Amino acid sequence: MATLPPSPFDRDRRNRRTMVTMSIVGLAMLGVGFASVPLYRIFCQTTGFNGTTQRAAAGVQVKEASGHLLSIRFDSNVQPGMPWQFHPETPTQTVTVGAKSMAIFIAKNMSDRPVTGSAAFNVSPSQAGAYFTKIQCFCFTQQTLQPGQEVRMPVLYYVDPKILDDPDNKDTQEITLSYTFYPVEQDRKAS
Amino acid sequence: MTTITADHHGASDHGAHDHHDADHKPAFFQRWFMSTNHKDIGTLYLIFAIIAGIIGGAISGLMRAELAEPGIQYLQAWAQMSDGPSATIDQAYHLWNVLITAHGLIMVFFMVMPAIIGGFGNWFVPIMIGAPDMAFPRMNNISFWLLIPAFALLLGSTFVPGGTGNGAGTGWTVYAPLSTSGSAGPAVDMAILSLHIAGAGSILGAINFITTILNMRAPGMTLHKMPLFVWSVLVTAFLLLLALPVLAAAITMLLTDRNFGTTFYDAAGGGDPELYQHLFWFFGHPEVYIMILPGFGIISQIVSTFSRKPVFGYLGMAYAMVAIGVVGFVVWAHHMFTTGMSVNVKMYFTAATMVIAVPTGIKIFSWIATIWGGSISFKTPMVWALGFIFLFTVGGVTGVVLANGGVDDVLHDTYYVVAHFHYVLSLGAVFSLFAGFYYWFPKMSGRMYSEFLGQLHFWVFFVGVNMLFFPMHFLGLSGMPRRYPDYPEAFAYWNKVATHGYEIMAVGVLIFLVNVFWSLLAGKKAEGNPWGEGATTLEWTLTSPPPFHQFETLPVIEDAAHH
Repeated sequence: MATLPPSPFDRDRRNRRTMVTMSIVGLAMLGVGFASVPLYRIFCQTTGFNGTTQRAAAGVQVKEASGHLLSIRFDSNVQPGMPWQFHPETPTQTVTVGAKSMAIFIAKNMSDRPVTGSAAFNVSPSQAGAYFTKIQCFCFTQQTLQPGQEVRMPVLYYVDPKILDDPDNKDTQEITLSYTFYPVEQDRKAS
Repeated sequence: MTTITADHHGASDHGAHDHHDADHKPAFFQRWFMSTNHKDIGTLYLIFAIIAGIIGGAISGLMRAELAEPGIQYLQAWAQMSDGPSATIDQAYHLWNVLITAHGLIMVFFMVMPAIIGGFGNWFVPIMIGAPDMAFPRMNNISFWLLIPAFALLLGSTFVPGGTGNGAGTGWTVYAPLSTSGSAGPAVDMAILSLHIAGAGSILGAINFITTILNMRAPGMTLHKMPLFVWSVLVTAFLLLLALPVLAAAITMLLTDRNFGTTFYDAAGGGDPELYQHLFWFFGHPEVYIMILPGFGIISQIVSTFSRKPVFGYLGMAYAMVAIGVVGFVVWAHHMFTTGMSVNVKMYFTAATMVIAVPTGIKIFSWIATIWGGSISFKTPMVWALGFIFLFTVGGVTGVVLANGGVDDVLHDTYYVVAHFHYVLSLGAVFSLFAGFYYWFPKMSGRMYSEFLGQLHFWVFFVGVNMLFFPMHFLGLSGMPRRYPDYPEAFAYWNKVATHGYEIMAVGVLIFLVNVFWSLLAGKKAEGNPWGEGATTLEWTLTSPPPFHQFETLPVIEDAAHH
């Protein structure tokens, strides 16, 4: 069933078409590589993957699951070398699942120059992240503290009652909310 | 057909030569430095891979010497050579990281990939499908010559600061934040750029292979008649095309994090270092199949040739490789079981990973079924192929063990993992490389290798690598972590054994080199088909070595002709 060999002209044209198609595929995968940055963020935000917390609007209505108590522990860190003191007002709170609560974090600039910081946060255990919902917080907003200045930063949150139905969280009795302050405007370049 | 020879050479002896003289070779510089001939480029790739392999293997020799006994023996002295006489112990530890990084990157990107895809792929894919050359001969040339600056950048990076000491000490995975805020200095930038360039060359090569295989087949050579080696290169080329751009994106973001203050992988700015791991392994897992699939193809050709039987279950073999390639893209997070993922995610990646054992099993059993009842001759390529099947199965079994998320929590980053991936790559891919090298050496060089030295090479190498890598299972199971230059007394015995295994393996490599040089100089002239009736693919219809340009008239593959 030998077919006639294609003429060189036809073959060159087909080759070029295949090459262009495959180049587009390669470039598309390059795009997927970069697009994964926002995609990964969206994925983490919607699924609570890796302890990413959820956010809710101020007027949100939640049904309290009375009788179900959870301990919330607050953890605070600053990057080594950053001249801030940063600590929660109380180390733990015991809250009813579904009840809105407020925690206060206190940051103080111990140096004699203004320092700007920005906080990153996380929740542990990571499977609880999807249910830890914040209504108001100070994450990723830049804070500038004058020498010796102290600020009190509120976090308004609740634990979604759906956590009670999640088999992965049936052993969860305590959720840790961790904040870490990093200095900004500092030269973070590696080289 | 593209030829760069006509003007330069044709002028003087135009009359003597027929226009269609297939053996009309250009002068030395044009032939080897501006080559567009797939066979010459394949030869260049093989020479490059052998040199890179010797460098990468020598580095592992340094590591095995240091690991022969507990405590730091030589590392401090080596650090003084690289970082000056006042080198601290931390710089010595950094040098260790540089060694493991260089060994990994060189073996993956500059030894296995150039040899198995660039070398054998270039040499035999066009011939096996009855094509006169690759679809884009000049692009082929660029692919090879991009490797040289890439390799130079990687080797050069060891002489410039990379954090604690000279060189990039990040591991081949280049994880952030060690590779960003943890490694000041240009060394890591150079290593990343090296990966960019090598990756670009590989992507061009992949496009070239896909185009060649899809469009340049001889009349009658349907996809389902292609030799399995061609199938393996086709699947590999698609894996390269889909995986390497993701790596390019990932390491580009590393570069901007390092140099331009972005925070893609920096939690301080809302980034996530774990994202880098996901991106790296989305490339990294297909990458391990990129290294082994062409080996599968080579083994299929050899097993069939020396059993004098067509491959058992041809279509199953071809589509098993396709299946491995497809599933290989959705299992990457099994490299990240200890990063803290939920039970369900772990279960998925465990199950998906184990699924890969099914097509892999199809391949192993089909090879055995091919051998079964065959008229077997235990020539050197065949013993290497049988060694491959045995050792790859061992590595595959430990792979299934490690696929369990729960088990991996214990074994992650121990020598058990090192043993596993050396059994599938160092013993799997490398055995298939040696098998292919002996199988095609007569075809490529026109000379027979020494059968005695080939067999001796196999047995010395086989004993050496097993003595080198099998004890690592014990070390890993008893908890010895990888990537450290030192260890407690308890691990001393098997480390000593492993180092002696390395010495034996190194002797095997020497035998190989002696065999190559002896055969090139004094080997018997090889016939067109030295392997007899079992060798049915098109390369054996040509002379050894093949004419400079083959298939001026395209061969026609009859219906009856089989793989």
